[in-house]
Amino acid sequence: MPSLFEHLWSHWPYVIYILLMVIGLFAVLAKGNLVKKIIGLNLLQTAVFLFYISIGKVDGGTVPVYWDERPDAVYENPLPHVLMLTAIVVGVSITAVALAFVVRIKEAYKTVDEGEILALDEADRGAPEAELPRADAPEPEGGV
Amino acid sequence: MAGQLPALAVVVPLLVALLIPLVSRFNRRAAWWMVVGALGFAVYGAVAMLLDLCGSPIGTTIEYAMGRWAAPTGIEYVVDRLNGIVLTMIAAVGLITALWMRKSIRSEISEKARPGYYATFLLCATGYMGMAITGDVFNLYVFLEIASITSYVLIGMGRTRQALYAGYSYLIVGSIGATFILLGIGHLYMEIGTLEMADIAQRFAANPELYDSSVVRTSFAFFTVGLAIKMALFPLHGWQPSAYSRAPSAASLFIAATATKVSAYVFYRISFSVFGADFLISALPHIRDGILILAVAAIFVGPLLAIRQRCLKRLLAYSSVGQIGYIMLGVVLLNEDGLTGGVIHFWNHAAAKGALFCVAGVLVYRTGVSRVDALAGMGRTAPWTSAVMTVAGLSMIGVPMTAGFLSKWYLGAGALDAGRISIVPVLMASSLFTAMYVWRLVQLVWFAPKDTEPLVKEEAPWSMRIPALVLAAACLYFGLTSTSVDIARDAALSLGLGAP
Amino acid sequence: MTPSLIVSYVGRRAIPFIQLYALYVLGHGEDGPGGGFQGGVIFASSFVLLVLIAGWARARKDAPESIVDPLTATGCLLYAGIGFICILLGGAYLEYEAFAGANATAAAKQHAHHFALIGIELGVMITVTASMVTLYFEMSRPPEERNAPEDGSGDSDGEGADA
Repeated sequence: MPSLFEHLWSHWPYVIYILLMVIGLFAVLAKGNLVKKIIGLNLLQTAVFLFYISIGKVDGGTVPVYWDERPDAVYENPLPHVLMLTAIVVGVSITAVALAFVVRIKEAYKTVDEGEILALDEADRGAPEAELPRADAPEPEGGV
Repeated sequence: MAGQLPALAVVVPLLVALLIPLVSRFNRRAAWWMVVGALGFAVYGAVAMLLDLCGSPIGTTIEYAMGRWAAPTGIEYVVDRLNGIVLTMIAAVGLITALWMRKSIRSEISEKARPGYYATFLLCATGYMGMAITGDVFNLYVFLEIASITSYVLIGMGRTRQALYAGYSYLIVGSIGATFILLGIGHLYMEIGTLEMADIAQRFAANPELYDSSVVRTSFAFFTVGLAIKMALFPLHGWQPSAYSRAPSAASLFIAATATKVSAYVFYRISFSVFGADFLISALPHIRDGILILAVAAIFVGPLLAIRQRCLKRLLAYSSVGQIGYIMLGVVLLNEDGLTGGVIHFWNHAAAKGALFCVAGVLVYRTGVSRVDALAGMGRTAPWTSAVMTVAGLSMIGVPMTAGFLSKWYLGAGALDAGRISIVPVLMASSLFTAMYVWRLVQLVWFAPKDTEPLVKEEAPWSMRIPALVLAAACLYFGLTSTSVDIARDAALSLGLGAP
Repeated sequence: MTPSLIVSYVGRRAIPFIQLYALYVLGHGEDGPGGGFQGGVIFASSFVLLVLIAGWARARKDAPESIVDPLTATGCLLYAGIGFICILLGGAYLEYEAFAGANATAAAKQHAHHFALIGIELGVMITVTASMVTLYFEMSRPPEERNAPEDGSGDSDGEGADA
């Protein structure tokens, strides 16, 4: 029976993945700055990438590209790599949309701090909806 | 042609959504017609597949291998009765929303942003269709993200700046949920070594000792928490009220009527078709009890929170929290009646909540506000819309002869069958709370004092009235006939429930 | 701020080679490491270099929104469209062998597979390039360009389906 330390040492990618995940989650939950939350989200996603890549590791495996000269070569499992390619694209899309939101929020609220935004929203509470600050410049009716 | 329907039902909306930005450069009016056409085709595809399945024995599936790569290697689309029901729901609600939204969009979205809105809306519907139809867990995640990202954008397109913040908050919370689902898929793959749902289920069936693996259990935990966030299961529903109330009316109509329920469907799929019913029954009885408690709490708390809301859309959002509880209750009761109740609630809730959000949209369209008190006296000026609201409200309560009654009846029967009598009073209390907020609306609409000046000056335009009437008629039709119950019961049986 | 003469001279000469290399990576991708994603990112990096040496406004003229934004959808459309044509030709969705016809030889099928795959990769490349260029331009937009009409062009890219 290996000790807990030995057990963790032999599974070090998982330890790092869990650490990264917890740091990311902490940033998302505890930071008030909207951009820092996005950074936390990215950390969380990176942790998942690390997890997937580490489960694709095969002992003594090489790059999963067919090797003519060595028909007996052992390859890493390429499937998690491919899955992560997709997940990275998804992560980029989410980051892009999130940053676009932050730019628009900055324009509409003049701040990117969660506390200040909530205070501004609280001040608007009870105001008639038609008079609330607009997300975009109102445009005349018509078209389409 | 018929053999290609599973692919076409997803591909046609996807292609049309991608065509919209290009076509809109030449003809700005075309976008709406393209959305209606694509969703019309999706409805045809979904209904044709469901009818095809209803004519065949229980357990039949329509399978479609992408690029003709056979199942464990390639991605496969699998349609059985359960996701036939869900596909029909998404496509039908999407089409009804598309028909309804034209005038509403014209008043809420700037002209320049409209083609983008239509394209994003269609892409969102495609994402949900894909989530429902796919037979591969990673493909499920990809479609989930497509549907989620487009939902964030749709919500952020609301008129007020609060919409931006609501969209952003939903993005953060939703991405955490999606990441958890991705981790769940990773842990499952780590232990099982395949991503095809049917293949995973087979390996579980062949090696029941896999149920004891802590990796498999971790995977299920990640799936449960991730999906609970996505479906706004109490107490993870925090993102939902502001997302629904700040979104443009057309977006909140579609998202409220479908989005959370698709995530609930995924939970059905993961529990029964991937892990297998035995996993919840024998391996994790405590988790099952935990989800049961959360579902019951949602049923109890959702309507209770709805009572004191002043914004109509927010009120409806809280009532959705309760309704998701019903669907989740169906899973964890794990018997035929309970599952039937949960599955018919997909349709019943979509019809009732869709109709109510149509009414909320009309209110915003006619008055520019969504306050509940703005409804006062609407019965005199807009009798059709008021009637729709009343019928849908009665269905939410679960009055006999409406659709909601059947859901509650079967869930109650399922609870008794499972020996959990204590759930029945909760269902009744929930109906009582629902009746309290519905009555508040009904009273304002029909029994406002004679001297109040109604804020809603006119009846809704026909383009908004007819879709709302169709949804209200669906509430009555599902309540008066047994069609939906028969299909739902077969769907429940085809989930392969073991001994209870 | 004008970059040094050397940076600007070398950068200008490097851009066509970067783009050529991107196309090489794209063409190589169908039977080796490479492909649309990598090629697209390399292609987009040439625009990043252009912004660095020529300035935001000048670079935006070479890649105007009116062309780049529709390309984001066009690439996806090419991908999905090729799959759809396979259905029209009687195969399954994305069954490239359908291009060779119903009773083609194995070699012809192989051939059709290769060409359809290059088309697919080209679609991926166009979308990746256009998204990356849009993202870079939107995120690096200097303050004096901010008053230009904001249309949230980075908003509607849900192109995660393609991998």
